[in-house]
Amino acid sequence: MLRHAFRIAWKDLRIEVRSKEIFATMAFFGALLAVIYTFAFPRDDAAVRGAVAGMLWVAIAFTGTIALGRAFDRERENDTMRALLLSPVPRLSVFLGKAMAMAVLILAVAVICTPLLALWLNAPLFAYPGELALAIVLGVVGIAVVGSVFAATLLKVRSRDVLLPVILYPLLVPLFVAGTKATASLVALHPNLDAAHYWIGFLGIYDAAFLVLSLWVFESLVIE
Amino acid sequence: MAALDRVQIAKVGKRYGTERALASVSLELRAGSMCALLGHNGAGKTTLLGVVSTLVRPSAGAVTYLTGDTKVTGADVRREIGLLAHASLCYGELSATENLELVAGLYGVPANAQAIAALLDQVGLDPRARGREARTYSRGMLQRLALARALLTKPSLLLLDEPFTGLDRGGALALGEQLGALKAAGAIVVVVTHDLEAIAGRTDHVAILRRGQLVLEERTEGRGAYSYDDLKDLYHRHAS
Repeated sequence: MLRHAFRIAWKDLRIEVRSKEIFATMAFFGALLAVIYTFAFPRDDAAVRGAVAGMLWVAIAFTGTIALGRAFDRERENDTMRALLLSPVPRLSVFLGKAMAMAVLILAVAVICTPLLALWLNAPLFAYPGELALAIVLGVVGIAVVGSVFAATLLKVRSRDVLLPVILYPLLVPLFVAGTKATASLVALHPNLDAAHYWIGFLGIYDAAFLVLSLWVFESLVIE
Repeated sequence: MAALDRVQIAKVGKRYGTERALASVSLELRAGSMCALLGHNGAGKTTLLGVVSTLVRPSAGAVTYLTGDTKVTGADVRREIGLLAHASLCYGELSATENLELVAGLYGVPANAQAIAALLDQVGLDPRARGREARTYSRGMLQRLALARALLTKPSLLLLDEPFTGLDRGGALALGEQLGALKAAGAIVVVVTHDLEAIAGRTDHVAILRRGQLVLEERTEGRGAYSYDDLKDLYHRHAS
């Protein structure tokens, strides 16, 4: 199953490397958010430490939604999602492959946005790089997993661009809360590693729970 | 996995909300036979192909796929299905060759460069276009690529929805000949089309749908194939 999932993810990334369409849009939007935050917030150390976690996760959330919408639109253009579902590979491989590609794209943008915020706001985002990286990776995996299920389900719905965030964000609220809390604990004036580990653990449990749920419901949601 | 030799469609119905697309359709598709699935626009032909292709879940009834007396299910059924749909089912950002390599990988079909080139020759896709992204293709070229995609896996159940769309007269005739050859080789071929001329002389099974209901199912029962006049007459008498 994983072999086919990697093949599907590789196909998505290969198309993206060729077109650069989604990544360019996401990276531009992420960088733009970082610029706006830089001008909108005072360069006061306490204010930056209090707000930078939220800034980072808002950037991840918004760019993630762009990636999900456009990547699944691509599967709609020539009805290629039907082609994937018709193939003999387990339908869960299709879901996993799409989610993997999504995760790589969102992570790539997080890799751009995080240093930009750290640099322009002089925020101590890299005080605990290992913990921060783990929080971001787990958060991105959660967005990719939950988002891929709903983006695939809404593929045939006309108002999918509006519906996707409306359905997705409420489900992702716990993930964003945990991600923001974990990051805030790491960048605080007095970092609280125990709190950060707690919220990172929460992200891990969230991912595991939604991965199992998504694997369970994906096929029944995507077949007409 | 052995090839499919029968598909039994039993009392299949499909509703989209309050809209009825299919109502209790029963039909048997057999190996070595070409079924022309006819009807006006909106009669339910594409929905029925969707149900048979496993991509649309019926609201009522069931489709059974058989090899001898053994039921075939799941991925084993999908491996045996070749689908040519309204859309090309190919990625515009990949070339013809890359699209076919992807399909071969997903189906576990050995397909080297020569095999892919031979298949693209067979469907008549210009060799100069094969390395280009498929989004630059004309409608007819895309249709040829879509056909190559459907044939690559050597399916025993071939479902074709308006396969002659976008093809020039020569291309349509060549496709008709290929479908005849597949039928002769023992495949189950189902063609949804309004181009009766292209399938005349090859179709030995006709099913006509009207507003979601099967109003005619008829076979030549070993008496060759339907002529154009036969098909036209059946269509005009039963489709409206």
